This record gives sequence, C-alpha cells and structure tokens, in this order.
Amino acid sequence: MGKVDFGGVVKDVCLAYLPGIAVGEYAVVHAGFAISRLDEAAALETLRTFAAMESPNEEPL
Amino acid sequence: MPNPPHFENWTCPLPLRDYPTITLAHGGGGRLSAELIEHLFLPAFADTTLSRLTDAAVLPSPSGRLAFTTDSFVVRPLFFPGGSIGELAVNGTVNDLAMSGAEPMYLTAAFVLEEGFAITELAEVVRRMANAARAASVRIVAGDTKVIERSRGDGCYITTSGIGVVSDGVDVGPDHAQPGDVVILSGTIGDHGMAVMSVREGLEFETTIESDTAPLHDLVREILSVTRDIRCLRDPTRGGLAATLNEIANCSGVGIVIEEKAVPMNAAVRAACEMLGFDPLHVANEGKLVAVVPAKWAHAVLARIKAHPLGVQAAVIGRVSDQHPGLVAARTALGGTRVVSLPLGEQLPRIC
Amino acid sequence: MKHLTEFRDPELAGRLLAEIRRTVTRAWVLMEVCGGQTHAIVRHGIDQLLPPEVELVHGPGCPVCVTPLEMIDHALAIAAKPGVMFCSFGDMLRVPGSGNDLLRVKSAGADVRIVYSPLDALALARRHPDREVVFFGIGFETTAPATAMTVHTAKRLGVCNFSVLAAHVRVPPAIRAIASDPGNRVQAFLAAGHVCGVMGYHEYPVLAESHRVPIVVTGFEPLDILEGIRRAVRQLEAGEACVENAYDRVVTFQGNESAQELIATVFEETDRNWRGIGTIPASGWKLRPEYHTFDAELRFPVSGVRPAEPNSCRSGDVLRGRIKPTECPAFGTSCTPWSPLGATMVSSEGACAAYFHTGRFIPLGLAKTAPDAQPAAL
Repeated sequence: MGKVDFGGVVKDVCLAYLPGIAVGEYAVVHAGFAISRLDEAAALETLRTFAAMESPNEEPL
Repeated sequence: MPNPPHFENWTCPLPLRDYPTITLAHGGGGRLSAELIEHLFLPAFADTTLSRLTDAAVLPSPSGRLAFTTDSFVVRPLFFPGGSIGELAVNGTVNDLAMSGAEPMYLTAAFVLEEGFAITELAEVVRRMANAARAASVRIVAGDTKVIERSRGDGCYITTSGIGVVSDGVDVGPDHAQPGDVVILSGTIGDHGMAVMSVREGLEFETTIESDTAPLHDLVREILSVTRDIRCLRDPTRGGLAATLNEIANCSGVGIVIEEKAVPMNAAVRAACEMLGFDPLHVANEGKLVAVVPAKWAHAVLARIKAHPLGVQAAVIGRVSDQHPGLVAARTALGGTRVVSLPLGEQLPRIC
Repeated sequence: MKHLTEFRDPELAGRLLAEIRRTVTRAWVLMEVCGGQTHAIVRHGIDQLLPPEVELVHGPGCPVCVTPLEMIDHALAIAAKPGVMFCSFGDMLRVPGSGNDLLRVKSAGADVRIVYSPLDALALARRHPDREVVFFGIGFETTAPATAMTVHTAKRLGVCNFSVLAAHVRVPPAIRAIASDPGNRVQAFLAAGHVCGVMGYHEYPVLAESHRVPIVVTGFEPLDILEGIRRAVRQLEAGEACVENAYDRVVTFQGNESAQELIATVFEETDRNWRGIGTIPASGWKLRPEYHTFDAELRFPVSGVRPAEPNSCRSGDVLRGRIKPTECPAFGTSCTPWSPLGATMVSSEGACAAYFHTGRFIPLGLAKTAPDAQPAAL
C-alpha cells in the first residue's frame, strides 16, 4: 500500500501492480489500485502535437 | 476523527460524571433529565429566557413581518473537518431565515439522543451550538430532549426552529427571478459535502477540505444594504447548486444559463469529486448563497459580497433567460452545453 | 490536477475540432466503447461540437448496464440473507433487478455497504468475523485486478467469511460481437483507454483486420476523446483499418503484465450473458476452482430466481449502437432515472441516463440563445 495524492486528496492505494513505481510518479488509480503508470514524456509530447495543429482562427473562411 | 471534541475546558459537574453515557432515564422527565438540563444545556446556552424553564418562551413581539422556519439535522459522522452537527443546527436555521431576508432572532433546539451516546460528545455538540449561536447573535430560548433506545439512531439528532424579522420593503423569493437578472454565487461549492465524505466510514481520505458551515445573515444584511431590489436569495445546501438553480428556474418560470468555468471551486474538492464520481454541482454547501439580482445592481452587489469575509471568492456565474423556462443549462468550458439536472437523491460514489 | 486539466484545454480542443472538420468529407459512425467516455462526451458537450458528419454511438462499456439481470437478482437474494453484509460500489445500488434494487433491499433491513475498493470489503470481513461479507465484483478489465488481488489476499490470509459475486466482463469479445452483428452500423471503435492500460491492445489488431474497422485506443479527457475521433476519422477517410494508440501516456502494447498475471491466476474465461445484448462467448471472468471457496455464487445458491426484463426496454439496442437513447419509446416517459426500466437509465455512465441528465432530449438551441454569462457591465 502507498499514499496517492489526487490533487489535494490523499488516499491509501494498493501499488502491488506497479512494482518499482517511485515517489513523485503519476499513476492511473481504479477502485483503490494503481493499475497503470503515467508516462510524463508521452503526455507532453501529445500536448505538443495538439498545439502544433492549426488553430480554427487560422482557417480560411 | 480529525476534529476530536476538546474537553479540557469543559467541567462536567457532578452528578453527570456518574453517567458517562446517555441513559433512557435522561429523557424520562425525572431527575436525570433535570440534571442534564441544569448542568449541561443551561450553562452552555446561557439564556435568561431559557433558564426560566417555562413550558414556552415568552418573548417581546418584534415589529414587522415574522419569518419562521424549522429544520432537522442528521449527519454522520457527527464531527467532521470544519464543523459538527452543532454548528449545522444553528447555522442551517439562521441561514433559512436569512434567505427570506430576515434578521434571525430566536431559535429553539430539540435533541433526540440515543441511549449510550457519550455525555462528553453531547457536551461538545452543545458547546459548539452555543458558540455558533453567539457568533450569529441569536438566542436559543427553548429546548427539549428525548432519548431513544440504543441502536435506534446515530447518537444525536437535532431539530432547530427559528424566528426572524423581515424589514419593510424586502421581498425575496425563489419565484421572483426575471429574464435578464444576474446570478451571483458567494464562493466555492462542494466544500461541506466533500468534508463530510472524507470522514464517512469506508470512503475516508486525507484532505484539507473543510466544511464551509457559516451563518449568512450578516452577508445578506450587506447585500440588502446595497438595494432592497434583490429577487432571490438561496443557500445551496442539500442537492447543491444544481438543486437551488433548478428550484429558482421552476418557481420563477424562467431559464438559467450558467458558465461552468465561472463557478468557483477548490482544487481539492474538484479532485475528491472526480475520485468518487460526484458532480460538484450536486454536492452540499452550508455557508454559501446564490443571489439573483437585477443586472443594474449586479456590479455593486458583487463588490459588496466580495468585501465580506464570507464572500471573498464570489463570482457572477450566470444569467436568467426567457428561453427554456424551468431548465438550467451550463455552458461547458469547451463551448458545449448541457442541462444541469436535479440530483436523484443522495449521491452514491461511482467507482467502476 | 496535473496531467488531467491540460487535457481539457478549450483552445487545444478548438484546434482538434478544426482538424476533424478539415479531415471529414462524408458521414461516419463511431462507437466509444466505454461508459466513462460516454459520460465525458455528454458532460462536456463534445457531441454538439463535432461536425455533423461524425456520429457517435455509445457502446456497452458500462459495467452496471451489462451486468446480467440474473446476477443482480442473485445479488439481491444474497444481500437479503440474515447475517450477510453485502458490499458494492455505489454504482450498483439503484440498478433494477426483477422489480427490486439494492437500495430497496437495504431499506427492508439488509446490511448493504458502499465501498470504494474491494479491499475495504475484505477489511470489513476481518473486522466482523461473525458476519458473511460478500463483495459484488462488477466491472471490466479495469476493476478485475482489484477483485483478483482481494480474493488472492483473502485466500492467503484465510479469511473464510469473505466471498465475491464475480460478474467481471471483457471488452474485446464485446467489440467482436458488435462488429459481427448483421445490423451493425459502427464503422470505427474508440477502445477504452484504461482497459487497455491493464490488458494492452494486442487483442485488437486481429479484430481491426477481420472486421475492417479502425480501432483507436482512447483516453477519457476531452482532448483525448477528440484525438481518438480525429484518428478514427482520418483512417476511415483514407480507407485504412488498423489499431492506433492515442493514449500512449497510459497505454502500452503489452499492458500491465503483473495485473494480467494475477487475473489469470484467479479467474478463468467464461461465456457471459450481457444484459440487453445476450450471451457473448468467452466475455466474462469467473473464479477458478482453486478459489471456489470464495465464490459467493456457489456459497449462496439461490433457487427460484426468475429474471424478468420489462418488454418495453430497448437498452440492448442502445448498447449495441443500433438506436440512440432518445429513439426508445420509453425514454423519458415510462423510463426515467427516478424509475428506470433498464440499467442504461441508472448509472450516469449509462447512455440513457447520460442523455437524460444532460438534457439531450430537449431541443434547447442553446448555442443561439445562451447569453454571455459575464455581463458586459461587469
């Protein structure tokens, strides 16, 4: 078990399915269990891809 | 319990000490009842009228129109971050009076106690009630106590009734909203409901969220000092902001459109709601109000609310419309719209 | 919250929507499989912002909706037994069985508890050794790891008064069933991101190929859903049908192998009846024989349960994407969240309840009439 901070709310969560998860990492939690690790680099990369898309305002009318 | 009762300064006079818990005899009207009243209730509430122990409180008649209300308080657990059933029982009834535009004056308090309830806990509840009443400048002038058998209750239920006076020219009601009016909310939503949830058996989580329980009549006084031309005042308690707005829309036969991102909310409340699958618009508040005001007064009223300690985070959250009467709609941050529905009943955590 | 709020950014949503508008040239029908996605779509009004060519139909990924009626009736019968403490997620309490639900059984005297995690139910069992504690294990591959670990722990600790009514279901067989249905309208699937977080997506390429449907692994935030839609539409327009991962911050091809391992230790596949849809082969998980002492279905055999579904409920057609909730004659009339005929009207992840609560049945025309909530005077 470990403590997971849900943005200001802390709950005891079972971390057994994420061996090696370290303090400071992000995880998806479901029904009291951390089930997936969150890849921060991938998150940022996805946001960069979105930001590179043309804004609707730049569209020709 | 995050806020355990403090008994250091509470002296429990004999012979209450002989009875650490409530017994059926404490509600029997005999000697133990009398001792409970004399040693616990009277010193805490310290009211000359109450202390006379007459069958009814006899009070001078105030001039003007009376506002008269009653409410029962049932909460589990009895103590939660930021408050207890004691504060709720006073502030809840004070706020019901305030939302009618009344100055609260007198309260009565009736206790239903469960056999086995710790006297120290009762004393703490009563102490908190007394403090809340003093803070709100209302007098507790009459009371009653009954005891029910063990395991027939949650320790302590409280019913309070209140009387207040409505000044001339003040006429607020949920049926007064008109198209074009502006909807102001006095602060963040969901704090009370999520504070209680954080200590609910089986769902416990650590958080800094505290109940917002507070008496709102002073804030109402400030609002009415800007203009008496206030259409509706409502405290979004059970059912949350969604229930209050729906009530106004229904009673007034108007539509209401709110801007979701304008509704103030603590980050921790948002996180707790997401964790448990609650809609924050459905979560209870105990120290917030919704004011529907004519557009020309909106600026001045908002400024006055924000200047009050209980309204620092106040915001304009929406408008009254002549479209879709009876319905409340929310514009989402993305620019979509949805109907803000009435909650079904008690919110149930949605996990899977 | 970090890594959540960024994926709700309205400005980026505008860019994704513009990209979808630029990509789409004709009408397509997409299904979001997961009820969590359905909830987010109506909650944020995403369906109203999409170009008219993109039609979203809502899938069967709502656990309370598809839990079979006979299982709910069994749960109600167990919960009503004296000495039983019946633990469930809050989601299930209002789901109608044959004329009853857990809330009503509770009001009639049963000890029904709401828990956040199956571990909470196990803790109750250890605290109350004199009671029979039963956990209602519903949900997809996301919840199955929690149940598996709990049963495994109960066995390890020898908690004899604990058992699970296991009704877990799997997504890929449901996608196969929908895609192979002769009446199927769905041309692309948004697969459920968190399910794939656990299971990976190695089961999907064969589905995409054999049914010629694009499958995009999709998250739950507004930007995730828009990106899933964008990628599905791009594939459809290009005539492709492959598997893409649009949720790679959470999902890997292999998934969470330690969770898969314990699931395989505790559960075995079984044919499962999906409420409103029918039996789907190998779509459920039941406890393996080694764990039978923890199987509430075996511990509390119930006879005489005769499940009866109201005829007028068309939740099966809704769950398969054949009709929109509003096309069901009972919607909003004889069937409301206050008095639901089918499970899809109960959970806020059920398509019918999501439509009802967010007013999708009311022709609001709000886009035109919504006044600026920030009055110019302020």
